[in-house]
Amino acid sequence: MLKLLGQRLVLGILTLILVSALIFAVTEWLPGDIATNILGQQATPENVAAIRAELGLDRPPYERYVEWLRGAVDGDFGTSLANKRPVADVIGPRLWNTLFLAAYAALIAVPLSVFLGILAAIYRNSIYDRLVNISTLAAISMPEFFIGYILILFLAVQFRWFPAIATFKPEQTFTQHLYATFLPMLTLVLVVIAHMMRMTRTSVLTVMASPYIEMALLKGLSKARIVVRHALPNAMAPIINVIALNLAYLIVGVVVVEAVFTYNGLGRLMVDAVSKRDVPVVQACGLIFAVVFIGLNLIADVLSILSNPRLRHPR
Amino acid sequence: MNQWDELQRAVTNGRVSRREFMRRAAALGVATSIASGVLAKAGFAQTPVKGGHLRVGIAGGSTTDSLDIRTYTDTTMINISTSIYDGLVEVDAKNQIQPELFETLEPSDDATEWVCNVRKGITFSNGKTLDADDVIYSINLHRGDSTSGAAGPMRPIKDVVKMDTHQVKIALEAPDADLPYVLSDYHVLVVPKDFTDWSNPIGTGGYKLENFEPGVRAILTNRGGYWKEGRCNLESAELSVINDDAARMQALLAGEVDVTHRVVVPLVDQIEAAGNFELVQAAAGYHFIMPMMCDKAPYDNPDVRLALKYSMNREKLVQMLFGKFARRGNDHPIPESDPYHNNELPQREYDPEKAAFHANKAGLGPKDVILSASDAAFNGAIDMSVLFQATAAAAGINVTVRREPADGFWENVWLKAPFMTSYWGGRPAATQMLAVAYQSSAPWNDTHWKVEAFDKLLADAKATTDQAKRKTYIWEMQRMLHEQGGALIPLFKDWLDVHDVKVKGHTPHGMFDLCNSRIVQKAWIEA
Repeated sequence: MLKLLGQRLVLGILTLILVSALIFAVTEWLPGDIATNILGQQATPENVAAIRAELGLDRPPYERYVEWLRGAVDGDFGTSLANKRPVADVIGPRLWNTLFLAAYAALIAVPLSVFLGILAAIYRNSIYDRLVNISTLAAISMPEFFIGYILILFLAVQFRWFPAIATFKPEQTFTQHLYATFLPMLTLVLVVIAHMMRMTRTSVLTVMASPYIEMALLKGLSKARIVVRHALPNAMAPIINVIALNLAYLIVGVVVVEAVFTYNGLGRLMVDAVSKRDVPVVQACGLIFAVVFIGLNLIADVLSILSNPRLRHPR
Repeated sequence: MNQWDELQRAVTNGRVSRREFMRRAAALGVATSIASGVLAKAGFAQTPVKGGHLRVGIAGGSTTDSLDIRTYTDTTMINISTSIYDGLVEVDAKNQIQPELFETLEPSDDATEWVCNVRKGITFSNGKTLDADDVIYSINLHRGDSTSGAAGPMRPIKDVVKMDTHQVKIALEAPDADLPYVLSDYHVLVVPKDFTDWSNPIGTGGYKLENFEPGVRAILTNRGGYWKEGRCNLESAELSVINDDAARMQALLAGEVDVTHRVVVPLVDQIEAAGNFELVQAAAGYHFIMPMMCDKAPYDNPDVRLALKYSMNREKLVQMLFGKFARRGNDHPIPESDPYHNNELPQREYDPEKAAFHANKAGLGPKDVILSASDAAFNGAIDMSVLFQATAAAAGINVTVRREPADGFWENVWLKAPFMTSYWGGRPAATQMLAVAYQSSAPWNDTHWKVEAFDKLLADAKATTDQAKRKTYIWEMQRMLHEQGGALIPLFKDWLDVHDVKVKGHTPHGMFDLCNSRIVQKAWIEA
């Protein structure tokens, strides 16, 4: 099993290096020269050359790539071109905001969707099953900004229960943070819940069709006990994978929700940086997103290996 | 009929003065707050109240914002800086120059040298007293090889010389009677001599920057004792960056901000229905433009330019995009709000017959007109282009709309495509607008309008301080552009702000929205 885990780890790191090279290359190819962008109207050839030398853009790309990667490993992403602050300082608070919102949404969405999915499997084809399927599917079918605006319209503007802009303020207490970010959290929960719920239901039901479950049924065990004790452990692997995918989405894919609620997360930072050609910030954001995505998938792999006795104790 | 009703009617009709009204209202036992409410409705300015906290939901902010005044390009940073710093001159709501840190500006007879007196008794937030050296340093920040956004307009300044501790002389390369307007540029703010630490601003403004997170928010607190009377009344203000149009409007409706701007026209009804908000609409110089390059085929033929100008249904466009919050353009860039607006030119109407006539005269082919369009130019540019395509087709003119990617639009399409969608922000002086985009030598001459007679008129207009002559020249330039120019200017868009009724002092301004970006300086909150 250790060999299997080791393989996964090495693969993960290789992917990460590949992705980092890709990020670097793509930002190199972005249309619009950084130097001319910084200079604007003042972009005389001499000024452009001077800026390029100052930023080290006159050196070959592979040299700069290696240097950048070495810095990134140490947590040094360079300096923002736009406001001359260290990239780590620019990104730090934004990353925290993003992780906070993702964790908030995940802590509610994951248990809820697994629970709803198991219930749906137990009461298969009941009114409850149909209802929960239809409502979660309806939620996932709407674009996230639309869900966001609907929630704002009713919960913020009409009833004024929650704030419409989820701006983080340092002077807020933790509870105020939770309150301020309630609507974006709810939006994200509605977006991710269907996927996980339905995967839980399906994989539990697949296992339920196997002979040993029939045996348990004939033994006279209750339906709930069969599902939770006998079916669920064997159904975990695909559920874990789907959860990992959704967690990754909660961190890397929420830029639209951030825009709707004026939430200052990493996604909006990256969009700002792309439009201003602030390449070091773009690269750092890209790399963080890649680490999150690959890391979560790696964890999901490890967990599904651990949850599978055949992989845990290979002969 | 009681006396109070009669008194109210009298003041509304202007039969009773403000002072007299307050005296008689007090004699009748009417509460002062009620009496001043009546005065406000009657159009009398109320006395600003000190104190209070103003929350502004503001667009045009980015995480890449820097506090260096030379890098400013958008509203958020400009509004922050006008609270911390003062300029040399201020443009008032009627587009006239008012003194600020320059108390007086006197041109020589030929307008090539200006002697300016620096206001005395002004102190910076670090305690230093303002003098001529600070002003010279601040002007020079934008001169020469500066990367300042004001470097272009400031280029004609040949030299700034100290005459006295509180007097400077500005020498120009060429005469310019509108120099004060050049100095009103929002980048040109006064800092102490040798100041370089932009992240810790030192200015003469009424507020200090308590907290600043680029692209997120800024908190300003009153530092007390501001020199302008009736300004900087708030105890504190918070500017929250909300770039998303819908989110900004929702924040207002949900009561989370007191003031916001760039109101989305389709939401106006909803805002008015809520009942506790007031819109602030200002006619201004911001306009859409479809520049045709006068030296590129087929637009080098004046008949083609006229044909396309007649093909635009401006009335429908205004109605479709902005309702009553925009005005038709007349193919020259000087807005109604400008004192030099030529109001005798006939309004260009949609006329398919004339358009067809000119197109046929020029022998315009079906594949000749290609319009490069993108919503990067302004929201609705694609809609406008498609409408234009339809109204031109009615005149038998075939327009191909080429959609350009928004990313890199300004680098790759503007000043390169011969016919495109674009916009211009207004300029405080008519001569500036004409110089920045229509002078032969202007780098941003996006219509390639290179006409000697026009350049001559512009130079003459800048050189004379005789108002009647200036008017003749500027009116003639507008006529030339209207009749022959390459600028198809379909509409001027009004600034549209909105505030909670408790916010006072937030009034229309012909330059920029939010009181010409001085909302924190001018607004106050009714107790």
